[in-house]
Amino acid sequence: MPKVTIDNIEIEVPDGTTILQAARMIGGDVVPPAMCYYSKLETSGGYCRTCIVKVTQGSAKDPRPMPKPVASCRTPVMDGMVVQNRTAPDLLEARNGVVEFLLINHPLDCPICDQAGECHLQDLSYENGLAKSRYEFKRREFDKIDIGDKIKLHMTRCILCYRCVKVANQLCDGRVHGVLNRGDVSEISTYIQNAVDNDFSGNMIDVCPVGALTDKTFRFKSRVWFTKPMDANRDCKKCDGKVALWMSNNEVLRVTGRKDTYGELESWICNECRFDKKEVSDWKIEGPRKIDRHSVISQNHYESLRQLKIDVSKQKNIAEKAHQDNK
Amino acid sequence: MSRQLLLEHINTPGIRGIKAFREKGGYSALEKALKTMKPDEVTEEVKKSGLRGRGGAGFPTGMKWSFLAKPEGVPRYLVCNADESEPGTFKDRYLMSLLPHSLVEGMIVSSYALGANTAYIYIRGEMLYVYHILEEAIAEAYEAGFLGKNILGTDFSLDLYVHSGGGAYICGEETALLESLEGKRGNPRIKPPFPAVKGLWQSPTVVNNVETIAAVPHIINMSGDEYAKIGIGKSTGTKLISACGHINKPGVYEIELGVPVEEFLYSDKYCGGIRNGKKLKAVVAGGSSVPILPGEMILKTPTGEPRLMSYESLSEGGFAGGTMLGSGGFIVMDEDTSIVKNLWNFTRFYHHESCGQCSPCREGTGWMEKILHKFMDGHATLKDIDLLWDIQSKIEGKTICPLGDAAAWPVASAIRHFRSEFEDYVRNPEKIKDIKHYYRLNNLQPVS
Repeated sequence: MPKVTIDNIEIEVPDGTTILQAARMIGGDVVPPAMCYYSKLETSGGYCRTCIVKVTQGSAKDPRPMPKPVASCRTPVMDGMVVQNRTAPDLLEARNGVVEFLLINHPLDCPICDQAGECHLQDLSYENGLAKSRYEFKRREFDKIDIGDKIKLHMTRCILCYRCVKVANQLCDGRVHGVLNRGDVSEISTYIQNAVDNDFSGNMIDVCPVGALTDKTFRFKSRVWFTKPMDANRDCKKCDGKVALWMSNNEVLRVTGRKDTYGELESWICNECRFDKKEVSDWKIEGPRKIDRHSVISQNHYESLRQLKIDVSKQKNIAEKAHQDNK
Repeated sequence: MSRQLLLEHINTPGIRGIKAFREKGGYSALEKALKTMKPDEVTEEVKKSGLRGRGGAGFPTGMKWSFLAKPEGVPRYLVCNADESEPGTFKDRYLMSLLPHSLVEGMIVSSYALGANTAYIYIRGEMLYVYHILEEAIAEAYEAGFLGKNILGTDFSLDLYVHSGGGAYICGEETALLESLEGKRGNPRIKPPFPAVKGLWQSPTVVNNVETIAAVPHIINMSGDEYAKIGIGKSTGTKLISACGHINKPGVYEIELGVPVEEFLYSDKYCGGIRNGKKLKAVVAGGSSVPILPGEMILKTPTGEPRLMSYESLSEGGFAGGTMLGSGGFIVMDEDTSIVKNLWNFTRFYHHESCGQCSPCREGTGWMEKILHKFMDGHATLKDIDLLWDIQSKIEGKTICPLGDAAAWPVASAIRHFRSEFEDYVRNPEKIKDIKHYYRLNNLQPVS
């Protein structure tokens, strides 16, 4: 069993574990962010480069440092490896660079995006991004397209993590979904508008780290933090029927799989559970879903605003004065 | 004195055909290797010769071959990387179109050494006529019994195929090449595993450049030790250099590694000096992705010694003061050349050729191009130079494959050595006039 040291914390892990998995075993701040890696999808990871870490000692046998930062999600640990993540300022600088690259062509339309509040890119840019973009050119745009009758693809928001491509390859039969073109005009699409018609295609929505793939039965219905997540289950012949319901009053607005700490689904759910079972009577409700207290979904905004004691009238005066000055 | 190995018989009439090629001693290395040597002995000779990969990285070929995993019952493959697409490099095309049999012979000998029974030549899509030439040469070799079952009566069999790519620069990266050869999208794979362990169809694979493979028969003929005597230090043998730009005699030259750069640039045997008697401004010594160097730095190393055409001497001075031999695309620029415009053109190329798999390269190359576009438009500010520097530093070393580095290095070196020129573009935008004409010619729109 190789031993690896990540940010001065030593851990013994099974053979073949990647650095990212080892870091997740330690947990906490040590874990590098991952936008494209998905532990349940084979060959995923390595594309987004946000999980890069610095290897200061390759292994006990060969203690040389690795010349470049490596993608922790695809690099297996060696015995005696020493890894730096949050303890290396130059690495954090490099990661900020990657986040900046991910954001330059992202529309930042969070106010109208359904993913806002549970978006990995939002979290990532909050932690590693700049307050203001240095990019001053027109951002790339694509037309919205339908992938099947229940999924909307908004390619403009996509960060090309390839997760949905892996879902299409590994969960659905008949490969009609993939990446077209190359470079910064590459796009996720279906070949000649073919619909992805499969019982598990809806999982693409859940694996998408941004708001590029959205549920057409939920689009624009509610902000995610106004809904109440509930664990629920039902007897389903296709999947295990364990889902999270996103409810408002007694209405089921949305059904998704249950996501763990790293935003990964605990199990794949079928399209019937996801799109068709929108009555409370369809489900056995287990109880409220535990949401991390740092998540915006768990916040009661009206109260916290009051706590912040923002003097709204003062803000208003400043804004008006600025407006007058501009005239 | 200069020794010709690869191009020795290039001017012989009919050398493209097997008859003339054999009259000049072709396929003798094949007979020698198959009849008198064991596969390991061939690898040993190549190791002794000190031959280094001619595709750009300069990795010792013998060492690469000995890394090849040899599990029982799994086929091994040899793939020739003929996807020559580095701007400024055109040596492989020249070699393949005029001496196709030298590559075919090299492929057979190398496959014998590696124990591969199937070999592929992955050729760039744009070079379709070379594809036909190779097909013809392979058909001739089959007819002569050099390919197929039981070659020359031994129990070694080999099938050789030419596969034409779609013309993507990224497919010159070995794992992207293998993906493309498998019929998939040409995206580089994430390493490890390296191709020597899991390459083509998950089997051990060696990927070598055309020139490397074409050098193998010469090594067998003259023995590895003899080959190692050519050249200088660890840069052994001869190298094809594609010289282009503002010189009197552009073309492909075979040089013995270790020729002084000054001699290569000014002697009549090679480039023949700068065109129209102009002064030398800068040289890109190994294809567009290596750092550009100003004239005085390419002729002399930082220690004041004359710089030689060799792997070591060209990289002397590290990244700040040196460059790389790379693939041997020697681009010469005279005093009238605009470095900014040249850089814009390079960056445009990398933007166009980025595969879009990993974020720094996909987004960064386009961003750099747009900023350079601003310089050409005359809208740039001094801040943009620093921004450009920052972007390249955040691409370099953060990507899956070396394309990110290849896109970052020219930008870094141009700013490092020619910063004043960038500033000139900012301060005197009225100087830039020809770019508008360029837009009109190419139907381009200035970036908003």
